[in-house]
Amino acid sequence: MNRVFQDIYENAVEFARTFGAFQLFFLRLIRHSPGMFVGRFNVIVMQVYNAGALSLVIVMVCGFFVGAVLALQAYSNMARFNAEDWTGVAAAFALVKELGPVMTAILFAGRAGTALTSEIGLMKATDQLSAMEMMAVNPVKRVLVPRFLGGVIAMPLLAAVFSAIGMFGAHLVGVELFQVDVGSFWQQIQLTVRMQDVNEGIIKSVVFGIAASLIAVWEGYNTVPTAEGVGRATTRTVVITAITILVFDFMITAAMI
Amino acid sequence: MLIGFQGLLLFCAATDGLGFQSLGDYSENLIEIRDLKYSREPRPIFENLNLTIRRGEITAIMGPSGTGKTTLLRLITRQLIPQQGAIYVDGVDIATLTQAQLYTMRQRFGMLFQNGALLTDLSVFENVAFPLREHTALTNRLIRHIVLTKLHAVGLRGAADMMPSELSGGMARRVALARAMVMDPDILIYDEPFVGLDPISMGVIVRLVRRMNDALGITSIIVSHDVEEVATVADRSFLLSDGKVAASGRPEELRTANSELVRQFMHGMADGPVAFHYDAPGYAEQLLGRDTE
Repeated sequence: MNRVFQDIYENAVEFARTFGAFQLFFLRLIRHSPGMFVGRFNVIVMQVYNAGALSLVIVMVCGFFVGAVLALQAYSNMARFNAEDWTGVAAAFALVKELGPVMTAILFAGRAGTALTSEIGLMKATDQLSAMEMMAVNPVKRVLVPRFLGGVIAMPLLAAVFSAIGMFGAHLVGVELFQVDVGSFWQQIQLTVRMQDVNEGIIKSVVFGIAASLIAVWEGYNTVPTAEGVGRATTRTVVITAITILVFDFMITAAMI
Repeated sequence: MLIGFQGLLLFCAATDGLGFQSLGDYSENLIEIRDLKYSREPRPIFENLNLTIRRGEITAIMGPSGTGKTTLLRLITRQLIPQQGAIYVDGVDIATLTQAQLYTMRQRFGMLFQNGALLTDLSVFENVAFPLREHTALTNRLIRHIVLTKLHAVGLRGAADMMPSELSGGMARRVALARAMVMDPDILIYDEPFVGLDPISMGVIVRLVRRMNDALGITSIIVSHDVEEVATVADRSFLLSDGKVAASGRPEELRTANSELVRQFMHGMADGPVAFHYDAPGYAEQLLGRDTE
């Protein structure tokens, strides 16, 4: 029995230590961030391209089908109450407030997050980060901060694209396939979706962007520098990010209702 | 007046509060390691290690695999911190340096990593230019001249536009050497510089190490297994074993030493104090025994 308590105690201490280190790491990234916008803006732009533009196709394809399936579900269920005109509203609410930020963040973790983790992990495994240290260049500032900021900036933009393409998918299914009146479809959305709803989506996508990018660079920086270590870190990035995003989603939604 | 002011600024930048360069600290010993203790659980790597590296010499650190040669380099450059004892660089205990002071000190170091450690997203040219772009305000034209000069020295001026993934292991090591010396460091550290090089490249690198050390008046530290190459280039060698210096001296002195360990290492003998086989149960017992299946 003592052994069980001992294990629980050791795990709790280890968790507290890791969580503390994680917070300090976040503060280090924040501390170096303002300087990057002044001196190395082009590096940030390059990372926005890597994290954002290269994720665009997957986000657009998924956005289209999520919007389309939302319209399918909404139409088939609303038709029972003769409320087909509300198909667009249902899709818009779901996309802007929930699925846009959440799905984009999960896709972001799977595409850009894993790329970040494995890139940084491999840099560590091949001594590139140590070489920077030896050249008196701070790898946190030179490698991690631009990648973190690139992810933070790219995420809300991707979420906006996801929602916009999703609405296009919903329009195709609702208006073109099921012949919902195009005026009603869009007017209902205009009348019902408020700026407050859009803001909720924006806030979520910013928070998810910070969380996903932070977890990705943290896992990469703390990789065990072996092939197996990089693989494990990449997997952890996806799993931890997905759980974190769903927990944060619940918390933000609860706070904003 | 402006020139005078700039001169003052340059002087301040060069001395930067550390006093490394002050003439008062000048001594024949550039790096002194005193009573160093370092362990990586579960085994100790260094136990009361004492070692001195003299200014202007090429010092070789040798020893069987797993004796902690690379770890020692990482301790000297404070990539690792000793658990006990001290390492002095130019009389300064490096464990006491702040991050800013440490980075200032590291600008005096050039390090060649075992695998080159080139930045994979930059071309050969940009890899060599990297320290210059980070630490100086030189014009692109001047950076180009310096980089091409260093690449020419290692015979890879023609590979300036290649990416690291397109280089062979030996070429990558030579580019890394060009990068290590691009800031004209006071101390050049080579971690296994001869591994994987063809005989021509090896000969060139050996001569380059010697020539740079003599012409630029720098201090070089080489970690290597290659007894032959080290013998041709090193002024002094340290042989590490069991966390301590087992022998030291000029390479020819080590060759003729009476110690069994030194003889075994210098002549590459299988039998001696250093066991070739890692601790294991009896060979026959393990092959025939049922319990290990």
